[in-house]
Amino acid sequence: MTATTHEANVLGDDPFATENLLDPYPFLGRLREAGAVSYLESTGSYAVAGYEEVYEVLTDFETYISSGGLGPRDIRKDSGWRPPSILESDPPIHTVMRRALTGVINPGTVRALRQPFTPPAVELAEQLARRDRFDAVTDLAEKYPLRVFPDAVGISDGGREHLLPYGNMVFNAFGPENYIFKQAFAQEDEHAAAVMRNCQRENLDDTGFGAQIWDRVNEGIITEQQATLLVRALLSAGVDTTIFGIGNTLSVLVRHPQAWARLRENPKLAKFAVDESLRLESPFQKFHRTVAVDTVLGGVHLPAGAKVLVFLGAANRDPRKWGDNADEFDLDRNASGHVAFGMGLHQCVGQPIARLEMEIILQQLAERVAAIEPDGAPVPILHNVLRGFESLPVRITGA
Amino acid sequence: MTAPAGTTIDAVVDHVDVVADQVVSLVLRRVDGRPFQPWQPGAHIDVHVGDGLVRQYSLCSSPEELDHLRIGVLHVPDSRGGSKAVHALLAGFQLAISEPRNNFPLRESRRYLFLAGGIGITPLMPMIEAAERAGKEWTLIYGGRSRGTMAFARQLEDRYGTDRIRIFAEDEVGRLDLDSILGMPRAHMLVYACGPGGLLNAVEERCMGWPPGVLHTERFVASTLGAAAANAPFEVELARTGSTIAVPNDKTILEAVEGIGVRVLSSCRGGLCGTCETRIISGEPEHRDAVLTEEDREAGGIMLVCVSRAAAGCPRLVLDL
Ligand code: HEM
Ligand code: FES
Repeated sequence: MTATTHEANVLGDDPFATENLLDPYPFLGRLREAGAVSYLESTGSYAVAGYEEVYEVLTDFETYISSGGLGPRDIRKDSGWRPPSILESDPPIHTVMRRALTGVINPGTVRALRQPFTPPAVELAEQLARRDRFDAVTDLAEKYPLRVFPDAVGISDGGREHLLPYGNMVFNAFGPENYIFKQAFAQEDEHAAAVMRNCQRENLDDTGFGAQIWDRVNEGIITEQQATLLVRALLSAGVDTTIFGIGNTLSVLVRHPQAWARLRENPKLAKFAVDESLRLESPFQKFHRTVAVDTVLGGVHLPAGAKVLVFLGAANRDPRKWGDNADEFDLDRNASGHVAFGMGLHQCVGQPIARLEMEIILQQLAERVAAIEPDGAPVPILHNVLRGFESLPVRITGA
Repeated sequence: MTAPAGTTIDAVVDHVDVVADQVVSLVLRRVDGRPFQPWQPGAHIDVHVGDGLVRQYSLCSSPEELDHLRIGVLHVPDSRGGSKAVHALLAGFQLAISEPRNNFPLRESRRYLFLAGGIGITPLMPMIEAAERAGKEWTLIYGGRSRGTMAFARQLEDRYGTDRIRIFAEDEVGRLDLDSILGMPRAHMLVYACGPGGLLNAVEERCMGWPPGVLHTERFVASTLGAAAANAPFEVELARTGSTIAVPNDKTILEAVEGIGVRVLSSCRGGLCGTCETRIISGEPEHRDAVLTEEDREAGGIMLVCVSRAAAGCPRLVLDL
């Protein structure tokens, strides 16, 4: 144990204040400057925003546990609003769920999705390329994942309209019970019931990821309840994040016409453009961990039971990791090592699917659109933990 | 400096010990009496066993002692001559070997779980020694058919104690219970596993519940148990870029390609995440990743360039880069 510990720097700033949600980066800069570990009065939690500390918290899953929930409340004490998901579990429960899920979703199984995922992207890109302006969020980012992802999971057509509102509930609950949370939960029962119906074996088709997860029950790896929870995890974690990922990537590219031109010349750069955009504008900005045993981080003593707010979006812009131009988009940067998909035990299972969707739609669009530029100011979304846009008006020149 | 591939060293068998049923250990010295080049745990050497046969054997001596190398060899009845020829060697015999090379390096971490099946114990022995010297937390799980077939089991127990050396002989306690051994991932723990393919497949499946990238395996080619796949140099033609580069034995395709400024998206750089997947236009790969399924491999169109190489006898791969 470190001999000298000091008190965490106390910050009065509220990360969930409206202005900090709409434009998080000035606050995140102050937070990083305040020291390795800060204490946030507004939430009663500790905060880490530097790459090194964020990495340590994510990889030391024994000290910084997930079963206390990703929100500010310790769901071990007062049970959460729903049965805990894979995201809110620790080994050994997490271990069997993750093993079952990784067996179903992995680079090999996701590769087969390129074929079914491509035609809808072509169709959408063709449609949009015929116009001279559109909204890159409502006309594109929100359309594409909803076209392809629910099919990959294998849910029926009925009830898909509940996926977005449900995802909105799940992710906003990783923040405090403020007015944003309350708005998201206004029709809680209806959305939750509809999504849970979709998770039942009899409501899933026979070939999607959902059915394959249920197959793991027969193999004795997971229980029926765990299968339901895993399908629920896909449906809640897989839609909003990818929509924001596409929207955020385009929000960056419309400001970088040269990068767009290079992308058109060399479609292989799409992967890199996506990766660098996820670093710069990380869709999943922050969540909590719970301290399991007294520990020391960055010279600060953290007591068991404390909550730590982990700022992925800040770690991804830490100049100590990314250099002085950390706040800028650089298509030539090697962005690998960014934590937009997390790191370690809970690292995003859906990463290959999300990357595939983002790459395909971007390539199809770049092929048909010679130039793309902002057509008015983008409207950031008011969300407790996700970063994205409600609207991103663009003007284009067809190819 | 690593010696260019193909360079051999004349070595002499210093002595031979029978270390278990069907397993001998050979201690080799250089004929010229000079020390071997420094090597790291996980390394192997090529042994020219005669009739043009080359086999790879992991080193199980201490990297601290460079005046000799030790290998452990399991006699496999149908191994097309490799282990049989080695088993026929006696003290004083001479043979050609390569300098030590490493495809299975021990990465820095805070904790290690070592998992050996049978003769797979050999590369793990120097790893255990290094982990112990560095004061790391570690455990060895060592499974085999019976104690009599398990090389070095007793010696390891005596040296490190039965708390950390956990021997599971099938005839006493049944097969390794991987569900419980791997049922509780630990933070900052890497898993190093070596043994027969069936065991490694089962370990891989269990480790899907662990953080991505923690598992490192050394696969023994089935027909030559006790021999690891070799690293020969070859060429890669980059079809889009229009250049051809050499991939030396101590570099991966990814490193060689990056070396000339061509970009390939990578993440784990260890054959675990699938990010560096690259299309093969022609040539025969040797897959060394933990991502591609049997069907993918048979279909043959792709490879993971952070670990996989050209197959033996394929001097040139043409890739879509
Ligand atoms: C750009 C899109 C995405 C981003 C930025 C993202 C981000 C993340 C992050 C940061 C985590 C780690 C949370 C933690 O450490 O507690 C995570 C976990 C997870 N993600 Fe994603 N995700 C995306 C897309 C997806 C998709 C498409 C799916 C579904 C197929 C998915 C399913 C999951 C699941 C099930 C977990 C929990 C894994 C576990 O706890 O072991 N995600 N994601
Ligand atoms: S970079 Fe992960 S498999 Fe190659």
